[in-house]
Amino acid sequence: MQLVIYGVIVLGVLGALFGAILAFASKIFYVEVDPKQEQVRECLAGANCGGCGFPGCDGYAAAVAKGEAPTNKCVAAGPEAAEKIAEIMGVSAGEVVKQVAFVPCSGTEGHASKRFNYNGPQNCQAAMLFGGKSNMDCRFACIGLGNCANACQFGAMSIVDGVAKVDREKCVGCGACVDACPKKIVKLVNYDQHVLVACSSCDKGAAVMKVCDEGCIGCMKCQRECPADAIVVKDALARIDVSKCVQCGHCADICPRHIIKIQN
Amino acid sequence: MLTSILSISLGAILINNFIFSQFLGCCPFLGCSSKVDTAVGMGLAVTFVMGLASAICWVVDFYVLQPLGLAFLQTLTFILVIAALVQFVEMFLKKSIPSLYSALGIYLPLITTNCAVLGVVLLNVQNKYNFIESTVYGITGGLGFLLAIVLFASVRERVEFAEYPKSFEGFPICLVTASLLALAFMGFSGMKIF
Repeated sequence: MQLVIYGVIVLGVLGALFGAILAFASKIFYVEVDPKQEQVRECLAGANCGGCGFPGCDGYAAAVAKGEAPTNKCVAAGPEAAEKIAEIMGVSAGEVVKQVAFVPCSGTEGHASKRFNYNGPQNCQAAMLFGGKSNMDCRFACIGLGNCANACQFGAMSIVDGVAKVDREKCVGCGACVDACPKKIVKLVNYDQHVLVACSSCDKGAAVMKVCDEGCIGCMKCQRECPADAIVVKDALARIDVSKCVQCGHCADICPRHIIKIQN
Repeated sequence: MLTSILSISLGAILINNFIFSQFLGCCPFLGCSSKVDTAVGMGLAVTFVMGLASAICWVVDFYVLQPLGLAFLQTLTFILVIAALVQFVEMFLKKSIPSLYSALGIYLPLITTNCAVLGVVLLNVQNKYNFIESTVYGITGGLGFLLAIVLFASVRERVEFAEYPKSFEGFPICLVTASLLALAFMGFSGMKIF
């Protein structure tokens, strides 16, 4: 019993002593932090997602306070935060284009054929070890084991029917999923771009048809009919030029494979 | 006395080098060694903390823990001492040497959990060193760390420009380098002084 009391007393006294020394030292060695930095930090999303390219929210706040970084880099907090930060810093905000992730693949369960049933570790990277294209026949198909969903800090990604799906409202556009995808098919697109090609396959039409019921076959119909000349078929895959697209949705109507989809 | 100090120093720096033969403190060793400048900073910070921690922990152990029969609380108490010390060093650096503070970045708080620091104080107790021997062992152990990390960083700087298979890029080549250095240091292991 005595030992226990001694132990408690010794550790208690030591702890209090060190605490007092540190409290005293923090007064002596106090470094003044730019008050702007703290104000800026409060405006940020605080998720430390790294979407701004700085090491965490504190790093970005410090860079902004020093005037070394633009005020509109925090995609997670959005344009209102950029304006607030700009107000603190006394500069104009510039425009924040909200971006969201998009998975251009429609090879859901039953639509895209598989080479074999995969029962290994539930990780896209592991599945990729089988000949570099996983268990899907299509080289460009989403594997659907959820590396992107695991990387997402905001719960915006989920696997639906074997293909990753993005919740456009929850997504903040930090791009963590883009880095996590071993097939490199996840992309960031502008939030207000609704007409998108939901396929990544650059294989020729016949090859696509063999492995997937969906899938762009590069028939060029959309390229010919687009009223804004915004679609170009390159490497047997339709590509939409965002700067030209007027989002009329005509291509989605006429696509024989229904692979150009309107996201909302 | 002098001979024991000499043998402790040589032992800590070369023969039983903390990194290469005891494999303590590998986290900052790998994490903080991409540039020689930061490596020197990290090595000096570790040396400083190790020396100070050895001295203070010896006092705490000899005058408080052992007389009261509380030797079983050594690990806990030492962690407390080291954590407080690192906090103190961090504040000190932030105020007086900000450039070193920003260069060390995340690795400075990591010294708190650096096993080399805890290892040296526990080894002091295990080897029954007296106050001077403990302090010397702490400082020279830190110098051994400094030597190892600076050697490693300078090799790494050159490896950047070397040609090696692509699959070795990044950490694999670092680990290969580290293991070769460790092998080289094994050459000292048979040495015995006095």
